[in-house]
Amino acid sequence: MIEDWWLALAFSAGYNTTLVTLGAMLLGAGAGMIGAFVLLRKRSLVSDAITHATLPGLALAFVLIGVVQGDGRWLPGLLLGAALSAALGLWLVQWIGTRTRLGEDAAIGAVLSTFFAFGVVLVTVIQSMNVTGQSGLTGYLVGSTAGMLAVEAKLIAVCALVLLAAIFVLRREFLLVCFDADFAQTQGINTWRVDLLLLLLLMAVVVIGLKVTGLILIVALTITPPVTARFWTHRPSRMVALAALLGALSAYLGVTLSSARESLPTGSLIVLSAFAIFLVSFLAAPRRGVFASLLAHQRFRHRVHLRQGLLSMSHNEPIFDGLTLKLLRRAGYIRRDGAATPQGRAAARDAEHEERLWALYRRLYPGDALHREHAGLEPIARVLPPDAINDLEQRLPPKGEPA
Amino acid sequence: MNDFMMFSLVPMTVAILISLTCALLGNFLVLRRQSLISDAISHVALPGIVASFLLTGTIASAAMMLGAGVSALVTVVMIEAIRRLGRVEISAAMGVTFTSLFALGVLLLEVSQASGVHIDVQHALYGNLESLIWFEGVGLASLIDPTALVTLPPQLARVAMVALLVLVFVLVFRRHLILGSFDSEFAASIRARPALIDLLLVTMVAVAAIAAFEAVGSIIVIAMFICPAAAARLVTNHLGAQIAWSQLFALVSAVSGYWLAGSGLIWLGLDMSLSAAGMIATVAGLILLLACLWGPQRRGHAVLSNA
Repeated sequence: MIEDWWLALAFSAGYNTTLVTLGAMLLGAGAGMIGAFVLLRKRSLVSDAITHATLPGLALAFVLIGVVQGDGRWLPGLLLGAALSAALGLWLVQWIGTRTRLGEDAAIGAVLSTFFAFGVVLVTVIQSMNVTGQSGLTGYLVGSTAGMLAVEAKLIAVCALVLLAAIFVLRREFLLVCFDADFAQTQGINTWRVDLLLLLLLMAVVVIGLKVTGLILIVALTITPPVTARFWTHRPSRMVALAALLGALSAYLGVTLSSARESLPTGSLIVLSAFAIFLVSFLAAPRRGVFASLLAHQRFRHRVHLRQGLLSMSHNEPIFDGLTLKLLRRAGYIRRDGAATPQGRAAARDAEHEERLWALYRRLYPGDALHREHAGLEPIARVLPPDAINDLEQRLPPKGEPA
Repeated sequence: MNDFMMFSLVPMTVAILISLTCALLGNFLVLRRQSLISDAISHVALPGIVASFLLTGTIASAAMMLGAGVSALVTVVMIEAIRRLGRVEISAAMGVTFTSLFALGVLLLEVSQASGVHIDVQHALYGNLESLIWFEGVGLASLIDPTALVTLPPQLARVAMVALLVLVFVLVFRRHLILGSFDSEFAASIRARPALIDLLLVTMVAVAAIAAFEAVGSIIVIAMFICPAAAARLVTNHLGAQIAWSQLFALVSAVSGYWLAGSGLIWLGLDMSLSAAGMIATVAGLILLLACLWGPQRRGHAVLSNA
């Protein structure tokens, strides 16, 4: 089983598997990229509505094609049907959200479940019809990459490539609108049209992805990689590129894993790969990850304790807090018995002087001080320019008087 | 009549009870703009049920309820952790969570299917209301015949229990629920514990979703939560009236949807029956559409009184 996976990872598990892997990777890249814009626009769950809204169109197309040619399985026709009903669902979400007082949450939920329900009704119609290829339809629910024909894989790959190119060409407009819609408007960009374009491309990704991950799980490919990318960078353009990369990586891992054994569902494995990458990033990303945040919090706490300890020392107040004592001892500011070392006395004097400078600064420029996060904790020389500090020194009242 | 007793009485009653229960809770979800919690919770019922089956080896209702309840709790904790610790926007946190857990459910299901488990992905998604046949229900007399009543499908009793539980919950906590729905900061200031009420509400949604899961499937239940309540929201400005309207809409959807699915097409001369759960949700969606087009309060502001 492991060997099979290695073969697939090295793209040498046969022509069809390789083709499917490449197609899924292109799709993952497209989904990650468009999903990043959608995340920046704070509309992640719209893709949830779009996905579920494809089912009735899919089923209806299946019925029509089946009536005409006896077999409902004709991928381009099915995708067209899915796209049309997804577009209708999308329009309804927009319409309910803007024309009634219901929130977007209710609009999304209502559209996704009603459309899906109607799709289920149509599926039962199909089951009682006399057309072949019915079992192929269930593949669209949870994906059926394993049963994919080479022609289908090629079609998906080509569509995904075109899509990727389209997103790449439009990336500037998208970024501008996502970053600051009002500013984009002043630059002569029609925000409404860009938003519509964004959603149409999202819809295209969803529709093409149906066959790969299935209609319930494609939504994961548009949400998880962008959220993951967000942990590694805060530059929007880098985030979009990274989301594309992570989407492709998830698809690569998922498809190859599922080809290792017969019964493994591809869609689920792609989604779970994406989640595994998310989990690692969530915990270990250097700036926004949980570990990094915990460390930063710890450092901040230590700095506050050390500073309070030094201030207490300069006022000759006793210190009882265990952590403060430990930190002071570790820095060599006090001895084991608690008496201040010469170093410690100097540091305490500095700390007190700095505290007085900060106090004066806060009194003279209260507005500025508000904007500086943790003003008073950073060494003042790192925050203010030298001439400003000089100025403060000049105006500092003699010791003993309040600043 | 005998056919009705045997084939339709139980499914219809179950459908009505589920619709009423979900719609009751849906009122608060819609008001709090938390409708999508029902989306997330109903997707993760699948992994919960599969996991509990794999662990306990039974499909006894208690084990399944527990499994799904635990998975709902895991979901809520995961969403909050991702949102707070990762500083991720709430809807994205929800998306990451429920898609991953749902994928895990499908994976578990497919892998265990190889070892002979019979939970069907399709039934998990679509539900299977029609299978609740009461074989001993041979006539009106069966309703007072103890031996026949014992053979009632167990789902009926389960759904009825959940309906009662939810009703009691809403009655007991009605003041807290109303307060939290309109002004959670004020609620916190008078120690109404909005966070606790939130959690309880989510738990109730999970319980209702699980009860509905087997009968109507995991996605259609979302419509039962949102559509009647949202439609009622567009009809009136009074909370009491809104709840009443939502119950009416739920009842109409359940009855007419069930009837359309079973006999509607036969009346049209086509001999086929359709997914009852799907039809009920479709009718609920149509009612919402009508309310969006002509509801008297469809555009009003969020003013809502408690009278």
